Amino acid sequence: MKKIKLVCAGFGGQGILTIGQMIAMMAMQKGLAVSWIPSYGPEMRGGTANCNVVIDEQDVGSPIIADGITHLLVMNQPALDKFISKMDKDGVVIINQSLIKDPKIPSGLTLIGVDSYQIAQDVGNIKVQNMAALGCLAKALGLFNQAEGLSVIEDKFKGKDQTLVQLNQAAFSQAFNSQS
Amino acid sequence: MSVVFKKTRGLTDTPLSYCPGCTHGIIHRLVAECLDELGILDQTIAIASVGCSVMSYEYFNCDSIQAGHGRAPAVATGAKRVHPDKIVFTYQGDGDLASIGTAEIVHAAHRGENITVIFVNNAIYGMTGGQMAPTTLVNQVTTTSPFGRDVSLQGEPIRMSELISTIPGASYVERVMAADPISVRKAKAAIKKGFERQMNKGGFSMIEILSSCNIGWGKNPSDSLKYIKNEMAAYFPLGVYKDKEKPV
Amino acid sequence: MSKVLMKGNEAIAKAAIYAGCKAYFGYPITPQNEITEYMAKYMALSKGVFVQAESEIAAINMVYGAAGAGVRTMTSSSSPGIALKQEGISYCAGAELPAVIVSVSRGGPGLGNILPAQSDYNQATRGGGNGDYKVFVLSPNGVQEATDMVRHAFYLADKYRNPVMVLADGMIGQMMEPVELNIEPLETIEKPWAADGNLERGYRNIINSLYLNSKPLEEHNHVLNAKYLEWEANEVMVDYYQCEDATVLLVAYGTPSRIVKSAVNKLRAEGIKAGLLRPKTLYPFPSKEISALCPQVEFVLSAELSMGQMVQDVRLAVNGQVPVYFYGRTGGVVFEDKEIVDAVKSHLGGVK
Repeated sequence: MKKIKLVCAGFGGQGILTIGQMIAMMAMQKGLAVSWIPSYGPEMRGGTANCNVVIDEQDVGSPIIADGITHLLVMNQPALDKFISKMDKDGVVIINQSLIKDPKIPSGLTLIGVDSYQIAQDVGNIKVQNMAALGCLAKALGLFNQAEGLSVIEDKFKGKDQTLVQLNQAAFSQAFNSQS
Repeated sequence: MSVVFKKTRGLTDTPLSYCPGCTHGIIHRLVAECLDELGILDQTIAIASVGCSVMSYEYFNCDSIQAGHGRAPAVATGAKRVHPDKIVFTYQGDGDLASIGTAEIVHAAHRGENITVIFVNNAIYGMTGGQMAPTTLVNQVTTTSPFGRDVSLQGEPIRMSELISTIPGASYVERVMAADPISVRKAKAAIKKGFERQMNKGGFSMIEILSSCNIGWGKNPSDSLKYIKNEMAAYFPLGVYKDKEKPV
Repeated sequence: MSKVLMKGNEAIAKAAIYAGCKAYFGYPITPQNEITEYMAKYMALSKGVFVQAESEIAAINMVYGAAGAGVRTMTSSSSPGIALKQEGISYCAGAELPAVIVSVSRGGPGLGNILPAQSDYNQATRGGGNGDYKVFVLSPNGVQEATDMVRHAFYLADKYRNPVMVLADGMIGQMMEPVELNIEPLETIEKPWAADGNLERGYRNIINSLYLNSKPLEEHNHVLNAKYLEWEANEVMVDYYQCEDATVLLVAYGTPSRIVKSAVNKLRAEGIKAGLLRPKTLYPFPSKEISALCPQVEFVLSAELSMGQMVQDVRLAVNGQVPVYFYGRTGGVVFEDKEIVDAVKSHLGGVK
């Protein structure tokens, strides 16, 4: 498999770091090598938060992604502006359509949109927008099936209210399946 | 149209990096206004400490020296001793002043250094992510008192104004709070008095300002201000603890 | 135990508890706070001691006290805090006390910043405190290795009655990787020398580093030095990657070594036979191992996130056999593999 260099970015509070962690968990459960590292520098305060997730069969190598981003998930415009120039020429960009209305993407890249707000509304709670983004991302990576995502969500919310688990899973599934 | 209020010359134009709801912004403004109104801004050396206010050197519109964690009173001593006619002040949080810096503050007071200490007490370590501070209240939950501050293991919170006021070298020690407009005005008066004490070569002054950390406390800003007024002021009583101008 | 995704700092703390650490003393400093916070929560649950000290200096002295009283103990901090601990570490070395110090290093000097760096190599290996002493220094390249090295640190500390440091960088502290923790209890050893207040043993124990007269102090220094010679003989740990037929040798440690490994792959793809020697023990340093590779290589390049610290030890090891070069970034900037590739190429004499 080709090494996956995934960057997830958005505002602090949009659940960006969690999305990355859950992808990392899914990769680990598949027996792949994976690393997750958050940006913890000064831009964390009131700025974009981002995490780097590297997935490979054997050996992750550098946990920090300087360029050659294969998959970029952005939840808002400043995040897109920050990372778009570091994409691999065949990279995939997943945007949160609810907040990014008019993305300008260089040709050659694949653009996928997810309307996280709408999906969250459909399943009944706007707080699960990041799970919708996760669903779209998990599908776009081409590595995981729906069950693997649902299982990681189950683990994450273990011990918590079952309706919370179901809500998050619903948002995930809807996004996962609505992508062709 | 006449100007009824404008940003003080004591602050630079750099946007503050504090969290929304933080009282550092208010306190910075009070200090800056006092320096400007007293006409001493241009002869001031601000000693920055380590904590949320680590970059205060970007905000106070005067010369500044960045001190190591807890060392500001010693750094201030160095600067003031060699430039006795300049105004030197420290701006420290509770971790900086009451934890790692206890020796430095006690001895600066003990020697009666002619400096002004602005002590911002919000009962938590904000910058590093919400750990317990020496002034964290009993039962208060923080990341290093996850079950609530336990007196048997971690002691009771330390009252620095009371402690420093017992030191003969301390000239003026007052505790105020930044919880509402009235208390903020009183805080400004105390800060101004601390600088005037220094201008008159009257000795060491410390103004402790009870403040908030809504992010670290997990409260919204207005609940945080109530917490200062109710819970914090109950344990850390406001008032003047020492006021004895030493002979010049 | 199956793999779990864990943050480096938490994994380090958890590994320490599994290794039998019974007392943790620390102070908040970024980027290692999760270690202190984990200990605050779990030390009590595992019947150990946790104290958030008033400062890093107080913390290392608490370690000195607990270690002197015979208990497995550790502290953790980051660069400026480790600087504060130097006096206490010297005392521990002088008094022959086991102690584990975890350093999650960041940019310096002074307050620096909170981003990862490797500019504490000298601070760690040259002992920043006074006197002739050494600290055993282990440096992991990722979260899994960090947990293994923490365990090994407690073993070495007890075995040699000496402070042992695990020098990680900010990246390891903050990143998450799959980890399989060793949950077997680490064997405890008897400490008949400990001042644990038990005169039933029939003799007094004194923990001390003061030797007023010159002859005893000289003898004592020889006793300490004997340990360090034993480390050099028996405890060096090193990792080789593609060194067998290498004609260019790269030396790198910690997380940046992973980037250098990637550079080696890129160089090999271009027909340049690069190899990477990764010191896992920074002290004792793999001098013999580096020296042994010199006859086959054109030059040695040390790649570090610093202005050049480990390169001095590399130069000593190479001892003039071949040129030694340095490539570094610092301040929190982490080099990319193509920078290393370019650096190697810039030194090549046109030979492939």
